[in-house]
Amino acid sequence: MTDPILALLLYQLADDELVIGHRDSEWLGLAPHIEEDIAFGSIAQDEVGHATAFYRLLSDLGLGVADDLAFLRGAAERRNAVLLERPNGAGTYLQDPAFDWGYTVARRLAYDLFDAIRLECIASGCSYQPLAQLAGKIRREERYHLLHHVTWFKRLAEGTEESRRRLVAGIEQTFLDAGGLFVMTPSDYFPTTSAALLERWTAELRPQFDAVGLPWPLVMPAPALDGRAGQHTADLSALLETMGEVYRTAPGAAW
Amino acid sequence: MTHEERLAQFMARIERGEKIESTDWMPDEYRITLVKFMQMHALSEVMGALPEKEWVPKAPTLARKLSLMAKVQDEMGHGQLILRVAEDLAKPLGKSREELVGELLTGVCKFHNVFHMPAPTWADAGIIGWLVDGAAVVSQAALLDSSYGPYARVLQRVCAEEGFHIQHGESICLALAEGTPEQRQMLQEALNRWWESLLLFFGPADTNSASATILMKYRFRTKTNEELRQKFFDKYVPRIWSLGLTIPDPDFRWNEAAQRWHYTQPDWTKLKAIARNEGPLSQYRLGLRRMSYEQTKWVREALLGKAGAGAIA
Repeated sequence: MTDPILALLLYQLADDELVIGHRDSEWLGLAPHIEEDIAFGSIAQDEVGHATAFYRLLSDLGLGVADDLAFLRGAAERRNAVLLERPNGAGTYLQDPAFDWGYTVARRLAYDLFDAIRLECIASGCSYQPLAQLAGKIRREERYHLLHHVTWFKRLAEGTEESRRRLVAGIEQTFLDAGGLFVMTPSDYFPTTSAALLERWTAELRPQFDAVGLPWPLVMPAPALDGRAGQHTADLSALLETMGEVYRTAPGAAW
Repeated sequence: MTHEERLAQFMARIERGEKIESTDWMPDEYRITLVKFMQMHALSEVMGALPEKEWVPKAPTLARKLSLMAKVQDEMGHGQLILRVAEDLAKPLGKSREELVGELLTGVCKFHNVFHMPAPTWADAGIIGWLVDGAAVVSQAALLDSSYGPYARVLQRVCAEEGFHIQHGESICLALAEGTPEQRQMLQEALNRWWESLLLFFGPADTNSASATILMKYRFRTKTNEELRQKFFDKYVPRIWSLGLTIPDPDFRWNEAAQRWHYTQPDWTKLKAIARNEGPLSQYRLGLRRMSYEQTKWVREALLGKAGAGAIA
């Protein structure tokens, strides 16, 4: 039987990547300029590609077909952090998308840094070899995501008054949910604690704030909803409704 | 050298099949017509991302989601490549990228007729990838010999990538054609919906528009609308039939005597309406583009400092 602790870790990884990849993909055609549209499109593809690889590991453990795991599980079964399911802004990708680039950059930076640390920990210390190897491979791509969003963070912080204000608003909004990222269970597969993760994350992010003269948000509230335990917002239900709409019409069929 | 002598030299180069480069002397007529053509091509690629990106969040498998995202990204990439070529050529006219893109939003620059149409089902995403991109490759491959070197070179990459898009679209259509009765029906309905647009895609057979004449004169284009449409039929009609699909035109047939495909004329007034941005989804798609442009203006301002804002788009 599969160790439920390993399965939970894989679900957390897969669901995090799929949900943020979905949100990123909603920006297609709507990014601030054409070059960014292309770059952000790459990042969205990477995330969905990573999710696919994690779902395949679950599939290899006999837990179901990767597409079923991605498209058919309900919100209460999802293990992604709530931060990643929040919409990109008002409206939807189809109707009046008043998407917020300030929030998008702040959220991506918070998540990319967290993900980089998480993957490093798995690559170097996970006792389940297929996952350790996959994490090592994925880290190489995630490095560029982090670099991309650090660059955006600086540009917005040092751009105009408006861009700085919008970035700060995005950071504040991100910090409301960011604590939920760190709710991870220590194990042989993930040999670290939430506190150690958070400490490392803070140690790496804070100098970025100092460098552009932005105040470090002192408060990171405990998450109101624990996404890792299946507690989610209505936004995730709506996202899953959209994502599985076509697949659910004929789940066993070839598409 | 007089203007006439320069022009004669230029035409001699064109006739010898030489490539014109961005820094070469060229008549204004050549420059202006090409900028307009490439501007429309580039912005059509950008607008072409919108009908398909509607289906990325709903793509029914992880693999389809990945390949559709990659395709949409390619289209934006083509828009960017061609826009760069157009920008270079437009520079002596005092036109920036901001203006080239801005003319889409004001309706001065048109975008291709197919991207004004709705894509209401997943099968539409398949038909767009397979047949709309198929039609695009037929018309773009005919421009690989274009007299304007930078455009011809960029098109080589565009056509190579479009080749993958056709495979991506054909694979979606094949899965549906071999699927459940509902999937097959969805595919046939999507073909019914797109058939007329595919005919309109190549333009009327008897076009004598001023710009078409100029493009031919300078060997930017060498094939007529009807030649390209017939070529599209040659290539895709047998494949459509082999998937067990019906072409939604009872009069459609191969005319052995004329050695050409006979088809019912589409409603050409629809193309005129689309050219006025009065197609079914013209205003909706332009609205999305305009909204995203306005929503992210502050980002571009931050990149350039307020003074230079708008120099990228």
